Amino acid sequence: MSTHASEGRRIATLRRRRFQPPRLPRPQLPRRERDLLKPEEMVAWSPLDRLGVAAAWFCGLLLIAISASIVIYMLVRGLQYLSITALFQHPVVLSTTQITGTAGGYLDPMEGTLILTTLGTLIALPIGVGIAVWLSEYGRPSWLARAVESGVEIVAGTPTIVLAIFGLLVFTQGVFGFLSFRAAGGAVFGRSFFIAGIMMSLIALPLIVGATREALQSIPAHVREASYALGKDKISTIRRVLLPASRKGIATGTTLGMGRIAGDTAIVVLLLGATPLQPLGNTPVLSTLRGTGSTLTSYVYNNSPAGEGNAPQKAYAAAFVLLMLVILMNFVVDLFSRKRSDTWAR
Amino acid sequence: MRRPDGLDKAGPRKSKDQRAELMLGALACIVLALIAGMIIFVFQKAWPSFSHNGLDWFSPWAGGNVDDQLTAIFESPADPSHYVYTMHAWPLLFATALITLTAVVIGTVFALLSAMFIVEFAPEALRRVLEPVVRLLAAVPSVIYGLIGILVVVHFFDQHLISQGSKDSVAGVVALNGFSWGVGALILTVMITPIMIAIVVDALRAVPTTWREGAVSLGINRWRALWTVSVRAARPAIVAAAVLATARALGEAIMLSMVTGSVGFAPNPLDGVIFFVEPARPLAATIVDNAEGLSVQPFAQTLYALAAVLLISAAFLSFAGWYIRRRLRAYTLSPI
Amino acid sequence: MGPLKQPPPVRRIVADDEPTVVEPPKRRNGTAQAVKDAASGLLSAPRRHTARKGKVKERMRTEELAIAYGGKPAVKGVDLPVNQGEVLAMIGPSGCGKTTMLRSLNRLVDQTPTATRRGTIYLDDEDVDLLDVTELRRKVGMVFQQPNPFPMSVFDNVAYGLRERGSRRPSRAALRPAVEEALERAGLLEEVKDNLTHPALRLSGGQQQRLCIARSLAVNSEVLLLDEPCSALDPHSTSLIEELIMSLREEIAIVIVTHNLQQAYRVADKVAFMYLGDLVEYGEADQVFGAPKAKRTRDYVRGGFG
Repeated sequence: MSTHASEGRRIATLRRRRFQPPRLPRPQLPRRERDLLKPEEMVAWSPLDRLGVAAAWFCGLLLIAISASIVIYMLVRGLQYLSITALFQHPVVLSTTQITGTAGGYLDPMEGTLILTTLGTLIALPIGVGIAVWLSEYGRPSWLARAVESGVEIVAGTPTIVLAIFGLLVFTQGVFGFLSFRAAGGAVFGRSFFIAGIMMSLIALPLIVGATREALQSIPAHVREASYALGKDKISTIRRVLLPASRKGIATGTTLGMGRIAGDTAIVVLLLGATPLQPLGNTPVLSTLRGTGSTLTSYVYNNSPAGEGNAPQKAYAAAFVLLMLVILMNFVVDLFSRKRSDTWAR
Repeated sequence: MRRPDGLDKAGPRKSKDQRAELMLGALACIVLALIAGMIIFVFQKAWPSFSHNGLDWFSPWAGGNVDDQLTAIFESPADPSHYVYTMHAWPLLFATALITLTAVVIGTVFALLSAMFIVEFAPEALRRVLEPVVRLLAAVPSVIYGLIGILVVVHFFDQHLISQGSKDSVAGVVALNGFSWGVGALILTVMITPIMIAIVVDALRAVPTTWREGAVSLGINRWRALWTVSVRAARPAIVAAAVLATARALGEAIMLSMVTGSVGFAPNPLDGVIFFVEPARPLAATIVDNAEGLSVQPFAQTLYALAAVLLISAAFLSFAGWYIRRRLRAYTLSPI
Repeated sequence: MGPLKQPPPVRRIVADDEPTVVEPPKRRNGTAQAVKDAASGLLSAPRRHTARKGKVKERMRTEELAIAYGGKPAVKGVDLPVNQGEVLAMIGPSGCGKTTMLRSLNRLVDQTPTATRRGTIYLDDEDVDLLDVTELRRKVGMVFQQPNPFPMSVFDNVAYGLRERGSRRPSRAALRPAVEEALERAGLLEEVKDNLTHPALRLSGGQQQRLCIARSLAVNSEVLLLDEPCSALDPHSTSLIEELIMSLREEIAIVIVTHNLQQAYRVADKVAFMYLGDLVEYGEADQVFGAPKAKRTRDYVRGGFG
């Protein structure tokens, strides 16, 4: 069908000529229309329309240019300053509470990001799935369901800095002393991995709730009815049939949540103390979680001119690692949600 | 999804199911109660700052330098009855509103045009590139935007856009060194646009093709057909996208604290072109910058007051955006 | 169809073969005669059609038009004239290329990315590929199967085509006479005269379809393409639209695609029968329905397969 291919090209060529005025004389206006528009006003593309199309093209290309420049710039600077050995070095501490200077590496911040993301997701996942299951499968009385939905939406809309300051407010109360450091005078320090993890879970919670609900609601009714018909009660149906079928959606929501936790800075800056990993006490896992530390995000913040460090090289390198991490997580989300047909390339 | 009532009377298994329902319901209630509790707690802690200042807290005419006021509060004597609470937060509010509104207005236009490009005018290859590009821009952490802002954009503004003469002219009042609300608004625009693009593209695609075909069959060019039919039909979605973007913009703390200069100054539109490069400090950035002072009681309460204002506005807007989208789903079965 | 108490005879069409008729099992009341009568009932249906009055003028024609979707041919080498002063009905089973053919006449087929076109289409002896496509679409209007009024008022719908072309928007007062005239020609003015600002979506199906026709009339379409316009409508609205079509044919060349043979019989002056992308037969309606030349046409018209 080569002729069809060439004809397709011919049509494509003709399409490209659409901005040229027709070569033929303008059509005669019938009598009725001469009152409405003069012949020279009868153009297919008015100047304003052309401006609009040009503006649309400009914005589309600008979008590509901006993202390309961000990625390329971070790539160049990051690779310039990133040394593989530094990935595995502990940062050098020049004062008791801050990481400063150009020496040392980023092992602690990386560990911090890892710990915090894991902790936040571990807390958010069961709670989020539980709430989503209740909202989707039970949800009685309905005023309560609406209230819970609204509550989740409000949390979704709360800025992370406000969540951070909530955390500080709540967890400096005496009763929560076990979660962090209690100073000599009885004041609770209020900053630790535990606390940051709890507040981080609030970031991931709405995402997990939303994704799980969507996954559950997309399971057709006959699946549930088949399970009931076999004699299983609701909770077993949920555990054995519905949740496994929703795995993909839950995974998408969880990965989205992890991406947002890894990228957040405000909570870390306020609730984690920006120190190298400083465990509190001697119990293996708990003491780390009770202690303070830092993450890639707070490391970048502190080493930039905005923080203490003024070591932009470190900041660039750590930012590069962070960016790669976030891109990777987004890629994973892409893989999970590929089934759903919301690609735009139609 | 509710079970029909007849099946509820299923016999001995009923209690296990009921228990499960109670437990899950209790979980949801506990979380709801915790959220509500935190909100109430913050307002309770913030109350003294509001009560001591009354409406002057918000007023543009109450005057005074915000930074000085904050320092005074921080240095107030240890005696509770002598706590200093004087706070006229107008410059902070003004800066927040300025940055947010500028970013949302420019961002909405930018997002709408980009969405129209993606839906109608982009060649296939470009369309395939743009989809991951938008997702990427949405996923970049704000600290990286802040880093590029502070090391590249601010520097650029300082060296190339602000003349030495301008700097000298205001040297007594404020330092024009590139750290400005203009840079903050610019970068914030880039941050919020991807969210809006996703929503608007989905809405444009949800407009029935029969309308588009009908318009085109009348001899209307593609731009006009798209604008007068699809964009018109997608107006509610555009509004919802703008509302959601505003909520996001209000809450941005880290990037703005890195590039806006951390000076509690209210930019003055009457200054002419310099207006755009004057420093400022929105609410969220103020909290970040002053977080170390939380040990001092009145200072902490003032910060909680700032957080309370942020909470009301951002959470309310986000809730409104969600609500609008819910209503739209009922009308149009669109995927937003 | 009359009260059939048995299934109609099954006809299998094999190219170049005599069609085989499988006789249904004999029932007490059924007779082969009753079946034959039902099939030939087509010709005894009341014909709404009245003879043409004026001259016939050729407005459009296709030469060797061939369209393929991603390599699969949908229309193969068709030469078809479209004349003002008469109604051309395109009939044929589903998927035989009628709609593709129709959509190529106003170059709507170009919107589909996988479609390729070969051959030429002429509008008033001008190659449509050399014309500005918006100008072509103004002159060659289309009415779709599902009525698609815009989500605006009735006035705005009809005025839409007049407002949105050109570099200046005419005022509402200037548009009013044109809108009213278009509605009058479409036979809708009486029904909506007092409600011009009401939303168009509140009209009934038949009214909406007439509104779509009025839209095209407002921009002075010279050719009107109708893609199964009555398939979603009730019989009364259908007859109204058929009346409208017949009243418009003097000024406008009309092409109607329909799978309803009785409708084609009622309104058509010329009939084109398409099957699997080929134009099998083209001629006067009386001839195609009464004494079809091709075997396939005979089978289709008599038994209505597909």
